[in-house]
Amino acid sequence: MIPISYYIILSALLFTIGAVCVLIRRNAIIIFMGIELMLNAANLAFVAFANQHQVLSGQIFVFFVMTVAAAEVAIGLALIVTIFRSKQSIDVDQISSLKG
Amino acid sequence: MSVDLIFFLALAIVAVGAALGLLFSRNAVYAALFLVLNFITVAVYYLLLNAPFLAMAQVTVYAGAIMVLFLFVIMLLGTKKLKTRGEHLWQRRLAIGLGVILFAEIAALFLAKGQNVLMVGDIGSKFGSPEGIGIELFTQYLLPFEITSILLLVGMIGAIVLTKDD
Repeated sequence: MIPISYYIILSALLFTIGAVCVLIRRNAIIIFMGIELMLNAANLAFVAFANQHQVLSGQIFVFFVMTVAAAEVAIGLALIVTIFRSKQSIDVDQISSLKG
Repeated sequence: MSVDLIFFLALAIVAVGAALGLLFSRNAVYAALFLVLNFITVAVYYLLLNAPFLAMAQVTVYAGAIMVLFLFVIMLLGTKKLKTRGEHLWQRRLAIGLGVILFAEIAALFLAKGQNVLMVGDIGSKFGSPEGIGIELFTQYLLPFEITSILLLVGMIGAIVLTKDD
């Protein structure tokens, strides 16, 4: 029997690491992985709360988040491949053509 | 300390360690493999939280399909060319500071609201099984389920159109 607060703290920790990953890394693919880590941390919180309240809706929502994440990864990686083709780089600092 | 708690903490160390490995690894392939490890530990947490269907979906969809796609793109672009210059030191310090503030905020909000914390224990075996999820998904959540099929179709067409040579 583990208190739900432990799961929430773990989820918060993983979310924070994902957010820091998005902030400090320059490689677009690794930034993308940080986003996946944040989605995953949110899913963990959903499942923990679904278990606490004994309602399946939380788990169903995780199912939908997984679907959206799959679609997002397909589109995002396609965008990264396209950017790499035109710029020969996926360093986010070098992609600054729209800078005002 | 109960067996459950020891198991939880050991897994938590692996999960957070893998996340930190993703954060600090220089090599994109290692980062992807650390993320796979993180996804698998979270799948084990789903099993502990009475969500066996989601645990299997996590392993097949996240650790399987999504990460294979990531590794495929890393290999396609070539790991040598993906080397980027080092981060600015001030950016790193600022990001870590912001991260600490974010974590403190979440923890403070939760501790302020969650005074009557219940224990997470064992529920019936039906809860979270493929059968239970299926019944819920095809009765109460049928319309959102159908909409996800359109979302996946649009995602597939988008990926093909974006990467098409022309």
